[in-house]
Parts: sequence; structure tokens; C-alpha cells
Amino acid sequence: MPYVTGTGDTRFGRLEGETTLTLMAAAAAAALNDAGLERRDVDGILCGYSTVFPHLMLATVFAEHFGLRPAYAHAIQLGGATGCAMAMLAMRLVQSGQCRHVLVVAGENRLTGQSRDRTVESLAQVGHPDYELPFGPTIPAYYALVARRYMHEHGVSEEDLAGFAVLMRRNAGRHPGAHLRDPITAADVLASRTIAAPLKLLDCCPISDGAAAFVVSAAPTSARRVRLRGAGQATRHQHVSIADVGDLGAGLAASRAFAEAGVAREEVDLLAIYDSFTITVLAQLEEIGFAPRGKAAALLREGVFERDGRLPLNTHGGLLSFGHCGVAGGMAHLLEAERQLSGRAEARQAGERRLAFVHGDGGVLSAHVSLVLERE
Amino acid sequence: MSDAAATYFWAGCAAGELRFQRCAACGRAQFYPRPFCASCGGEPCWEVSAGRGTVYSVTTVARAPTPEFAALAPYAIALVDLDEGFRMMTHAAPGLAIGSRVRIGFHRLGERMLPRAERE
Repeated sequence: MPYVTGTGDTRFGRLEGETTLTLMAAAAAAALNDAGLERRDVDGILCGYSTVFPHLMLATVFAEHFGLRPAYAHAIQLGGATGCAMAMLAMRLVQSGQCRHVLVVAGENRLTGQSRDRTVESLAQVGHPDYELPFGPTIPAYYALVARRYMHEHGVSEEDLAGFAVLMRRNAGRHPGAHLRDPITAADVLASRTIAAPLKLLDCCPISDGAAAFVVSAAPTSARRVRLRGAGQATRHQHVSIADVGDLGAGLAASRAFAEAGVAREEVDLLAIYDSFTITVLAQLEEIGFAPRGKAAALLREGVFERDGRLPLNTHGGLLSFGHCGVAGGMAHLLEAERQLSGRAEARQAGERRLAFVHGDGGVLSAHVSLVLERE
Repeated sequence: MSDAAATYFWAGCAAGELRFQRCAACGRAQFYPRPFCASCGGEPCWEVSAGRGTVYSVTTVARAPTPEFAALAPYAIALVDLDEGFRMMTHAAPGLAIGSRVRIGFHRLGERMLPRAERE
């Protein structure tokens, strides 16, 4: 049975002087320490990618740098879904008996390691090189196209979207490691400058430096008992030109994860859902069924997604405010879920929670990976 | 490096033709072009679109990805459902909304003639 036995991270934000490898090493060391494991105990390593350091073999480069000699190692590239995909694979490696302790790690100095222009341009490359990039789209433009259509079909307003940015900022205010912690209002979001209409600056996550790591083990290594109970994936398109806004894949991935976990969606009491933009989290909440279509913002206004609500959402502040440094940005959701379930979320602790749903998406809502975590 | 289908598509744009594919086996319209039908694996044939369609979604890009596009900003990008049964990304005239009926024209940007949706 796969358990999340350790978690570790750096703070997110502007971390001068760090590199991809120094950030990864800091998070990995913290995760091993949390799990009570030594380097020699790790027999599997999975790592993400870094746009600042695009090495062909990042997992083995990191293994050597950090001092590991794993029996299984490679990197995964699935955009924002990479962290959840690594957790799913780590589950399988443990379940199959291939590994006993899999270290999953990612980090990137995306903010200080390259210019903002270079990041915007390189991320836009998830678009089709022949049939989309000639028109000059950006990542926010792809999501803006989804947002406009989704808002049109389901009666969602820009103010509805803004509510999620405000909630993420409030949550980040309780986390000392978050990139953006100053409170904002819906009026601030609506008044922020347009990036790709209808998305404005505060509908978009920041670019951060940071790293995250966790250990998936075949058995607990401490008194904590948080296990990975189910996982599911779905991919229905890569490019926004091909996407069906009514069925993006999030719901399908989630249903597969719930089926494997043998739990009903209604049993979930904690959410950690990818939120690269406000539309990302709103559309996925509704497609997965945590809110009826067009009603997520109404549930937010009722307090359902607050820390003390029925379904606390991204209590660390999510990508929108905790920050986004690439792969580790999506892993931060899993780390927060583990900390909530094990009662270690400090000022963010949402009471006693038992069953968490974690979801990552990559590309333009293209690759979906859902996870169900349970405190035994 | 573009494939032969992309070269043929963009040559069409340069000649004022919006080219797309239809599968000879299953009849499905296909965009973007490929050497096979992504639905049934059959062989697609090229056709020329009448260029009329409906806006599926549209955005105005204020923050451009490159200096080349920054000179053009703000500019509108649309997803258009062409009447022949395929969807594609295009540039768009200002002021279009979801559901707007459009006709695809072309405008020059650097070396390329780019499809642009204009109000019909």
C-alpha cells in the first residue's frame, strides 16, 4: 500500500542565487528528513523538468548531484500535471514491488533564472507550432479562449472568476512560504490590467522560484498514516483548437481515481485543484462535480471552499498566490493535502480532514491526473 | 520544421485559399491537416473552404509573446467553427463575439498571409 511518508519544500517567490539543482536538493533533503529516511534508503527517483535547465536526463543528473544510487530513475514531462503523474507512477512502483521508497522531486528558478519574456515565449510553445503559434497566442490566451466559451455557456461572470483569486490570496496569507500574501479584493482583480481578455493580471498565477519533494513508500516510516488510495488520468486533446470545453478530461480522470479508491466524490472533505488561472479551478471544480455547472462561484460565496467550510480548497494559496515555479507548483497541492490530512498545516489547518482530492492539469487543460489521499 | 501538409496549407493562405481536409473514407472534416484521418485512419483529401463560419470563442491579447507580436498588440484571436464542419484558430477583427457570423480573409504579418475572421 503506497503511503506519502515525507514532504519537503522551499518557500516560493524570488529566491536569488538558487539554481534548479540547489532548489531540488533543498526540497529533497527536507522530504527525506520528514520521512526519517537516509539517502541510501531511496531506491527510486522521479523528477520533473525545468525550463531554465532543460537537461536530457535530469533524474540521473540530480541523483548524482544529491548522492543517490537508485534502482529506478527517470524524469516525466506532462506540464502542470507532472507532479500528480509522478505520484501516480510512484504508487505503481511501490504497488508492483519495484521500489520501497520513491523520492519525487522538482524545482526551478523560473523567476530569477530567465527573463519574464523568455518564460512567456517558451510556455506558449505548448500551442501547435504550425496552426496556433503563427497567430501569437500565449498561455493566458489559450485559457482566455476556454474562459470566454465556458462563461458564455454557463453564465459565469468575471466577478465570479475574481472570487477564486481573492480566496487563494487569503489562503496564502496564512502560509509563510507563499509568494504573494498581501490581501486583494474582487475589485482589485477586476481593475488589474488585461493580459488576454477576459483574463486580467490577478486571474493569472505569478512566475516563481521554488521546489517541492515527497516520498512515496510501501509502508509508513513514522506515526503518520497518509496513503495514496486511488489515481486516474485522462487526455482528450493537446491544443485548445481541438478542446471540447464541455468535456475537458478532468471529470474523466477524477472518476477513474474515485473508482480505484473505491470512494464516492461526496465523501471527499478537502480539495487541492490546479489553479494556473481562475478559470482553471472554476471549470475543473464544476466538471468534476464538486459544484454544479455555473455554480462554483455561488458555493464559494456561501463559504463552502473556505478553510472552515465543507470543502476547503487550496489552503496553501494555490498557484494563484502560493506561486508557480513549474512542476513543483503542481506538487505543492499534494504537499498541502498531506499536511492537512496529517494535521500539520499550522495556521492553515482546516480541522480534522480524512479524504483529500488532488488534481493537476497540464497544457491547456490537456493532461489530467487525479489523486485520492486518505488519512487512515 | 513544418511537415508537407503545413507547407501546403500556408501556401493556400498565400494564394487566398483556406485549405482543409476531408476523409475520403468516413467523410469527416479535419483540421489541422495530417497525412491520415485522425478519426478512422483513412486517407484525407484536400478541399477549399468557402471561409464562412461562426465564432466559437475569442480573446484579445494585450500581453504579446514576442516583440514581433507586441508591435501588433492588442490583437484578437478567435476559434472559428467553419460551415464545412471544422474548427481553427484565426486572427479576428475587433469587436467580434461568440456566435458572430464571420468570413475568413487574410492579412500579411511578416512572411505570412494569416487567416483573419471578419464580420460577415
